[in-house]
Amino acid sequence: MCGIVGLFLKNDRLQGDLGRLTSLMLRELCDRGPDSAGFAVYGGGTPGVTKICAVRRDGAVAWAEVARELAQAIDAAVEVEEIEDHAIFRTRGAGDVARKWLIDNVPAAYILSQGQSIEIFKGVGDPAAIVDRLALEKRTGTHAIGHTRMATESAVTIAGSHPFSTGDDTCLVHNGSLSNHNRLREQLVRHGERFQTENDTEVAAAYLASRVRAGDSLQASLQHGLKDLDGFYTFVVGTRDGFAVIRDPIACKPAVIAETDDWAAMASEYRAIAPLPGAEHAKLWEPAPATVYAWSRAA
Amino acid sequence: MVQSAATVRPSRNSVLDLAEISLREVNQLLHDTRDGDFLIRNPRGAHALACGLDGDLNVTIEGHVGYYCAGMNKQAHVKVIGNAGTGLAENMMSGIVHVTGDASQSAGATGCGGLLVIDGNASARCGIALRGLDIVVKGSVGHMSAFMAQAGRLVVLGDAGDGLGDSLYEAQLFVRGKVKSLGADCVEKELREEHRAALRTLLEAAGVRGVDVAEFKRYGSARQLYHFHVDNAGQY
Repeated sequence: MCGIVGLFLKNDRLQGDLGRLTSLMLRELCDRGPDSAGFAVYGGGTPGVTKICAVRRDGAVAWAEVARELAQAIDAAVEVEEIEDHAIFRTRGAGDVARKWLIDNVPAAYILSQGQSIEIFKGVGDPAAIVDRLALEKRTGTHAIGHTRMATESAVTIAGSHPFSTGDDTCLVHNGSLSNHNRLREQLVRHGERFQTENDTEVAAAYLASRVRAGDSLQASLQHGLKDLDGFYTFVVGTRDGFAVIRDPIACKPAVIAETDDWAAMASEYRAIAPLPGAEHAKLWEPAPATVYAWSRAA
Repeated sequence: MVQSAATVRPSRNSVLDLAEISLREVNQLLHDTRDGDFLIRNPRGAHALACGLDGDLNVTIEGHVGYYCAGMNKQAHVKVIGNAGTGLAENMMSGIVHVTGDASQSAGATGCGGLLVIDGNASARCGIALRGLDIVVKGSVGHMSAFMAQAGRLVVLGDAGDGLGDSLYEAQLFVRGKVKSLGADCVEKELREEHRAALRTLLEAAGVRGVDVAEFKRYGSARQLYHFHVDNAGQY
């Protein structure tokens, strides 16, 4: 099991409520994934400025010191904001280079995301407590994705918590398990992908990111995934502009989608959609197997 | 009237509001009574609502329900005004379960008797391992519906997805629309007068009017996979 939620705001007046609404959704799915939780929030961001989110694995990390060394390494100014055990680095320097430098040089931290818009936060333990501690309620933005985890494929660690991000402003949450992730990881490593865990979902995230880097649209990368990813999954993939939902062709893992004039939402179960404003009158449907459903602000 | 477990006693015409009392209290109240009419409000996707009922009860649920609603139902008439999650009316024994919206996967799974009516669509594995329940779906059903169904009838006014009736035993399947593909050992069979008469009765019970039963096709087991035969090893 695992619980996943996604909320895409169509009405900009709701942007101040994005964190609060997403937290209401996640709280409903604590019992689907009591091990750990995480969420990705998309919003704001300044063109040309890359945000890199990190979390300490255990023990203290001197984030200000890391920021100074990172600035020297990439030869660009770096600001750092600390939120509980997380840190957000902001720089106008090269984001890809900065992410690689952090992975290589700060082993005490796990690098969560990189992009203009995305911010990822994760924790181990009771999802409601994680949501409270990291103040999801207060976050604003355009869309968000969340996950509550019941671990099957790898250990219960902060690194194994979802969402997983290996590409610019993209992330992935997953309910299910992949059976060919070890072979696929080897192939992706040969093509230069960097992995931080033994987790199957990180492989799927890297696979999709590598397809997008090779020129696929998000839609096309998910269609290729139907062929290359073997296993059970309901995925939600976040991008700077929106998110997409896809289920494997067998569709064992649950998903429900709801849409109103103000928002589109997906969740493992309807009870996570019920707290949203106007949910009782939303258009409601179960996504068909092997079919991509996507919402984007870019259109 | 504000309801609480202390004030609600099993009686006819009770309103049970899940915004006021817990799911467990609601189910316990329904178990503690043998008859009566109940209206349940604010289900908000709750799981296992109105499960294990056994009595001459009329239960109406206003709103969408979660997993396993009306499971193991005996005698009772449960109506959901909304959609139902996974495992609707699982293993129901008798009575009627009626959903006015859509049902998620495995609706009516392993059902032994009674009638399940879904006004909208049912997704994958509708009527899986059916054992005597009759199911009428006014919309379409998803893939692998009636998988290993042993007895009972599945009537679909819309279309059926891939692998309909795979490894079927003696359940009878009637589909009015298109069947994307038939599962192993499931074949189309002649729709005889006895089947048309049965269909008329089922459609009437489900409140379907103005549909010509001749528009349905009947599917059943080719009976080639009942017993192990070495020539069929590849089919298992």
